[in-house]
Amino acid sequence: MSIKVLKPGLLSTLQDGGRHGLQHLGVGHAGAMDANALRLANYLVGNPADAVALEITLHGPRLRFATPALIALTGADIEASVDNHRVPSWRPIVLRAGCELALGGMRGGARSYLAVAGGFDVVRVLGSGSADINAALGPAALQADTRLNCNPEHRDRYKKLWCALDAGVGKHRAASWWIDPAPWFDADPNIVVSTMRGAHFTQLDDTSQRAFFADEFRIGSESNRVGYRLQGPKLQLAAALELISEGVSVGTVQLPPSGNAIVLMAEHPTTGGYPRIAHAIAADLAKLAQARPGQSLRFVDVDLAQAQKSYLAQHGQLERLRLAIADRLDD
Amino acid sequence: MPNAPTLEALGDSAVLLRFGAGLDAHINAQVHRAAAQLHAAQLPGVREIVPAYASLAVHYDPAAFLHCDFARNGATPFSVIGARLLALLHDARDTASQIARVIEIPVCYGGEFGPDLAAVATHAGRPESDVVAQHSAGTYRVAMLGFAPGFPYLFGLPETLHMPRRANPRTRVPAGSVAIGGKQTGIYPGELPGGWHLIGRTPLRLFDADRIPPALLAPADEVRFVAINADEFKRLQAGDA
Repeated sequence: MSIKVLKPGLLSTLQDGGRHGLQHLGVGHAGAMDANALRLANYLVGNPADAVALEITLHGPRLRFATPALIALTGADIEASVDNHRVPSWRPIVLRAGCELALGGMRGGARSYLAVAGGFDVVRVLGSGSADINAALGPAALQADTRLNCNPEHRDRYKKLWCALDAGVGKHRAASWWIDPAPWFDADPNIVVSTMRGAHFTQLDDTSQRAFFADEFRIGSESNRVGYRLQGPKLQLAAALELISEGVSVGTVQLPPSGNAIVLMAEHPTTGGYPRIAHAIAADLAKLAQARPGQSLRFVDVDLAQAQKSYLAQHGQLERLRLAIADRLDD
Repeated sequence: MPNAPTLEALGDSAVLLRFGAGLDAHINAQVHRAAAQLHAAQLPGVREIVPAYASLAVHYDPAAFLHCDFARNGATPFSVIGARLLALLHDARDTASQIARVIEIPVCYGGEFGPDLAAVATHAGRPESDVVAQHSAGTYRVAMLGFAPGFPYLFGLPETLHMPRRANPRTRVPAGSVAIGGKQTGIYPGELPGGWHLIGRTPLRLFDADRIPPALLAPADEVRFVAINADEFKRLQAGDA
């Protein structure tokens, strides 16, 4: 089956769980910025957690489905309609052949995910179907007239929903249940990100150490999938540091000489030579993924034990949802 | 006997093993030895093993340690994997170092291939031919890859060729450019922005996503540069395409 891109949207890219095991060769992981939203969209259509889905940035594309499809939208609160009828996010939706899915602006957040049952059929580069725009690896961003191939839809999931679609006159049918977006998407414009102190945090001067957790930062306009540039109080080291390149991680907050910190995101380089003043905890990366340029954010001080506790709690929550959704696939 | 590395949490899903500081070939060799030992051990939960000059980043999945009893003794996934890594490296200390691969990189020096060769020669106070002879006489070691897929940072640049980076980085450096930046030499795998001095270019493809492995060079490889002329460059480039 195939999907024709009528309008590409602002920046729509195919993303999965990322490229793994090649960081020692300088190949970054890329993958979905909001990995939780990717997973949940895939769960809702019965795909494996890290299957390739569409990551939609700020303004969505218009797509025409040549064949019937089972889809789900998660992540940012996006305006979506099928042949001019509004459709909700966070639940499975079945579409008749020939439907046009129009994705518009976002009432909050920055990235939505569109999963299609069977997954997008894309050439894997180094084991992943993820577009790494910065490293020029993987599929190109959507363009008008791009044709997206999908694996065939067998209509073996949500049989009752398909039957209801067949029996009715509408072009689509959404399930009567949904997953609560609350733990996974926070529309609150005041973003609070838990961070652990980095190896060089104590090398900041006293004012900067206080400012990092007390003051507000704004996400700069030149922020992208590689990293977010923060504007706000200039952070200064107490004394110059001679550093050499070493491994960094997604969420690492680096401090270049400009004094404006950078939070590393999905397409970050594998190594870096700037002071590491903090690390956003993994459980809060989705919040960052949903932050827009111009939005302000604050950092809260947590320790490693708390960070890993949050990680495990979120992992458990996702796992419980996976099982709950899997139970409904046979309905 | 080398000292045990120190551990640093690199966020909640990675740990940095530090073997020392600075650009030091002996410390870097320890990093590569440890990386090889950890690769061989195939520890569950480990996602990436990323060597750098003096440290090794190990990315892991904290949920892989869920079966551990964290509540009882205040343990965390970090403390569990940290202890396992240190124990493993301690037990493996006496393993003989692996034999490095030796890879020859043909380079056409100067001219359009190395527009900064003259500047490097002036800085070194030697004729261009001396710079070429010195650069291609040395034996280099891949200290780490980073910056971009397949970009090798090489140890072993003769001191006479050390030169601070360009004040104005180029926005586009041609793929295959062999360059000098500070105490190091490196090769640009693709067309990239860069602030190093370009002294030549290799027709070999340093990175090709359709190849296994995709990078021509791996950490700890030994590298030698072989001077070639423009005709050989074109011939090799045609053959490598």
